[in-house]
Amino acid sequence: MFARGLKRKCSEEEAPADPLQRQSLLDMSLVKLQLCHMLAEPNLCRSVLIANTVRQIQEEMTQDGSWCLPRPQTPGRAPRDRLVSTEILCRSARAGPPPAPDPADLASALQTVPAAQAPGVVPGGPWDRAGPGESRGGFPRSLDQVFETLENHGPGAVEELFSDVDASYYDLDAVLTGMVGGAKSGPEGLESFASAAAPPPGTGCKADLGELDHVVEILVET
Amino acid sequence: MLGPWCSPTGSPAPLSCETGCGEGTWILVCRLLVPTQVSLLSMEEDIDTRKINNSFLRDHSYATEADIISTVEFNHTGELLATGDKGGRVVIFQREQESKNQVHRRGEYNVYSTFQSHEPEFDYLKSLEIEEKINKIRWLPQQNAAYFLLSTNDKTVKLWKVSERDKRPEGYNLKDEEGRLRDPATITTLRVPVLRPMDLMVEATPRRVFANAHTYHINSISVNSDYETYMSADDLRINLWNFEITNQSFNIVDIKPANMEELTEVITAAEFHPHHCNTFVYSSSKGTIRLCDMRASALCDRHTKFFEEPEDPSNRSFFSEIISSISDVKFSHSGRYIMTRDYLTVKVWDLNMENRPIETYQVHDYLRSKLCSLYENDCIFDKFECVWNGSDSVIMTGSYNNFFRMFDRNTKRDVTLEASRENSKPRAILKPRKVCVGGKRRKDEISVDSLDFSKKILHTAWHPSENIIAVAATNNLYIFQDKVN
Repeated sequence: MFARGLKRKCSEEEAPADPLQRQSLLDMSLVKLQLCHMLAEPNLCRSVLIANTVRQIQEEMTQDGSWCLPRPQTPGRAPRDRLVSTEILCRSARAGPPPAPDPADLASALQTVPAAQAPGVVPGGPWDRAGPGESRGGFPRSLDQVFETLENHGPGAVEELFSDVDASYYDLDAVLTGMVGGAKSGPEGLESFASAAAPPPGTGCKADLGELDHVVEILVET
Repeated sequence: MLGPWCSPTGSPAPLSCETGCGEGTWILVCRLLVPTQVSLLSMEEDIDTRKINNSFLRDHSYATEADIISTVEFNHTGELLATGDKGGRVVIFQREQESKNQVHRRGEYNVYSTFQSHEPEFDYLKSLEIEEKINKIRWLPQQNAAYFLLSTNDKTVKLWKVSERDKRPEGYNLKDEEGRLRDPATITTLRVPVLRPMDLMVEATPRRVFANAHTYHINSISVNSDYETYMSADDLRINLWNFEITNQSFNIVDIKPANMEELTEVITAAEFHPHHCNTFVYSSSKGTIRLCDMRASALCDRHTKFFEEPEDPSNRSFFSEIISSISDVKFSHSGRYIMTRDYLTVKVWDLNMENRPIETYQVHDYLRSKLCSLYENDCIFDKFECVWNGSDSVIMTGSYNNFFRMFDRNTKRDVTLEASRENSKPRAILKPRKVCVGGKRRKDEISVDSLDFSKKILHTAWHPSENIIAVAATNNLYIFQDKVN
């Protein structure tokens, strides 16, 4: 009935109730968001809906206690975490400087940045979609490793993953069309769910939104 | 004897097909194939329906891909039916004229005009291709001999004039019959050119191009009842245009947040009120509808009315928001109601009641337990449209497996029909279909697991005054008529 060859991770239930299914749904959603930038131009509605779903899962996982954000230990480290989350939600890498968007100018280019490198078939993964031919470079790791990183929750692993990403290439508007749950996520501050580093024991789960604004500033000015 | 029995003034016309094992009375009038770009086919030729490439990326190597119909719309009299396809082409069909010797042929539609409306473009600034796919077509009411329609792709709206030419001038002085210039020395007499009949030629010319006003993808266009303005809506903004002015438009709705990180909701559809030229509605991905009055302020960021149904906590899941996203919104012809389509239901709202719809119809509730799989294969993001019949008594929308559904608002009866090539003998009576949701499957039923999710009916249209419907199934256009005994 559905596309053949897709290994279904969800059961045929209305909503994944158990944590494994929930995690699977989260992973699926992240991949979708990544893949959506392989398109000629991403479908904004779809991206927003997926991102909202991700945020919802995050919230529930946080309430369950199965998800915790690391408290930034040093100011230097935190922005990278935030950057990571943006990166995960809305993959985009592109050669060329981002123009500052001018909201008053209707004809101004909103730089919807094209896709990341084609991930290739992930061994053992459920995503048997044909790898898209377009490969615009930028994202150096395969999806395989992204998943691995997310699942392992190894501290510093995410850092490593994005260490060679050049922040100056991002146009914030376009990058964030994937909608990071920002200020409106509530007190728990769930925007950097992708920072998979295990929290040091005893730290809280609050995020510093001021940090995020700071990062935004840096990116836009670059 | 066929004739209109659906009165536009609003007397309810009951749906004459029966559900269950009764006989339906919808018959197939004709099945039309849009000519491919590769080769022109006659209407009767049977071609293989090649497998549609369902991947995300556009793949122009399949000729069939370009023929996928992406919008269907009757004009205001129902005489013309326009389709737009993924290849940027518009095909207009015209109803066969009634003739005494061939009464049964009335109701058939034949190709009237075909033209390339939009071409693929390349946006050099963003390094992205702009799809030529026609998202929407809207007709203008006819004011002279020519027909006018608006067609739009993701970025550009065009006004097309479709006119007939059945005479041509003959007897020029300076040109000969082939159009070659004559040597003036050979001209000894003067004559007045005369108009002589010629074979009917229908030509489409672009009269206006409304470009560069949308950063995001246009999902809707709607002609205002003043016939002087129209609106175009993309994911985050709605612009108001005057037909005569192409180099500027007025932004009347803008929901783009200052910080795109805060974006959680987009505009999914918009439409003007059929009679009140200051009123329009737009729907969102969160399942809400806003009604706005342009007299209130220049920028209609504050709605006049806000329609939202409270969430049912027992049905809550991670997919609740996605399935609540409204894919289409349509005013009733009377202007009293709006109809919205979300993934599983069609809802009718009374403009005077904002807190919940007055009617909810289940389109394919058996999919509720399959949402996870449908999310996985992206079907959950399919945008189905919905339409009213001429008297606002019946509503119709599409589903999967080439099924489409009709709901009679008065009798509360509904029927599932199928637009398929297997059952498409001309004048064949459509048999109601039924999906088996569990337990023992009866002979004519189809089980949920056997449904073909690549065959989706997203676009349908209903004749403004008669019970004639157009159903787009991939690259086939089916026209059905209700047979009056």
